[in-house]
Amino acid sequence: MSNIEIAIAVVVVMTLVGLMFGLVLAFANKKFAIEINPLIHIVEDILPKGQCGACGFAGCMAYAEAVVINPDVAPNLCVPGKAPVAKMVAELTGKAAAAVEPKVAFVKCAGNFSKAVRSFEYKGVQDCVAASLLQGGPKGCQYGCLGFGTCVKNCPFDAMTMSEDGLPIIDNDKCTGCGKCKSVCPKQVMELVPFGIHVAVNCNSKDKGAVARKLCTVSCIGCGLCLKNCTHGAIKIENSLAVVDSAICISECNESTCLAKCPTGAITTYIKVVPKQA
Amino acid sequence: MGHYLTLLASNIVVNNFVLTRFLGLCIFFGVSKSLNASIGMGMAVTSVMTLSSMLAWVIYHFVLVPFNLQFLTTAVFVLLIASFVQLLEMIIKKHASTLYNMWGIYLLLIATNCIVFGVPLINVENNYSFLESTVAAVGAGLGFALAIVLMASLREKLRLADVPKALQGLGIAFILAGMLSLAFLGFSGMISV
Repeated sequence: MSNIEIAIAVVVVMTLVGLMFGLVLAFANKKFAIEINPLIHIVEDILPKGQCGACGFAGCMAYAEAVVINPDVAPNLCVPGKAPVAKMVAELTGKAAAAVEPKVAFVKCAGNFSKAVRSFEYKGVQDCVAASLLQGGPKGCQYGCLGFGTCVKNCPFDAMTMSEDGLPIIDNDKCTGCGKCKSVCPKQVMELVPFGIHVAVNCNSKDKGAVARKLCTVSCIGCGLCLKNCTHGAIKIENSLAVVDSAICISECNESTCLAKCPTGAITTYIKVVPKQA
Repeated sequence: MGHYLTLLASNIVVNNFVLTRFLGLCIFFGVSKSLNASIGMGMAVTSVMTLSSMLAWVIYHFVLVPFNLQFLTTAVFVLLIASFVQLLEMIIKKHASTLYNMWGIYLLLIATNCIVFGVPLINVENNYSFLESTVAAVGAGLGFALAIVLMASLREKLRLADVPKALQGLGIAFILAGMLSLAFLGFSGMISV
């Protein structure tokens, strides 16, 4: 074949092959078209995209799809988005919006390196889950924060840092209350507390008073002095650990009298700020 | 039968496309961070590669060879694979939504990947028959899946290791891939096809 003939053959073959593939694709596009509700994409755009899973779905996309398609899925499940997102999702999907109670994560432990006794030196994998598998971790107190920062690494909103003395610090402005840190903590030391709570117990130890005190200087020993000083009955002692009923604490109390008598300082003033977006 | 088994085994371990021929490295590093994703990717690559090399064989032997246009192989195969992956994505999305949720997102990633493209080309170069090239493609896909699953398992373990700061992330991944490659070098010469 001469060069011209080859050139013609190339053009013809490439055109035909390209045309064939193009037609097949065009045909397939019609034949296999799926209608996707455009509302799903609008709802997904509103969601914070932390992919934290606090709503109970696999991710923001999965929740957007479920909330649009399934009438039984509530519009207020997105915890990080708080009230504004719940409201917008409710408007878009035509569902009744219920309020989202704004919450933030709180570390129920104040036993840093200097205050809590350590039973051995741990040199293994620097991760709380790994450390807790070895005799429950290096801390004497079996309920306290291990301080390897698994929660910090898993925070989808970059709201946590690790302090020098081995306790996580939560940035209340960034924390969305998604609860990821709570679910990854092997010691269940994280708790979600409502915004505006006056006092919180900085301890998770269920040991009896004498044991708890020996292991950590700032532990709750379950003495009950805070309970006697609370005029509203918002505090209970469970398993030698003080527990604050947040609803009563927020709505009825303003004076925080319980704090004054705590012998170890395990109960502290907590968030006085008003919720940002409520 | 023995010949096909040798071909399969040769492409899975001895001539592993990722670890001895260094094809498909971008997805090998990109999707090997978690084991689940890497299994999905391995399945997607295997199936796309098998089907596309079957199609490529047909096109090569019934369109390009009769017109004496073998020099167009590269261009035609690019066109073929890109549109075939699109088509496959549409079909799976419509008819197998579970499968689509599992590895649909990886499909478009491999649309013009070198390993998916390289296997049909190498098959054509070696003058394989239809059955031979299909078996070779299955082997290459399984070999890729094996490599990426091994890599992902190692990288998941690595997340807990105390890696020097300068090597964190891709740096240590490349070193690992090099070691895996050295290990696979031990298979060389075991089977010659």
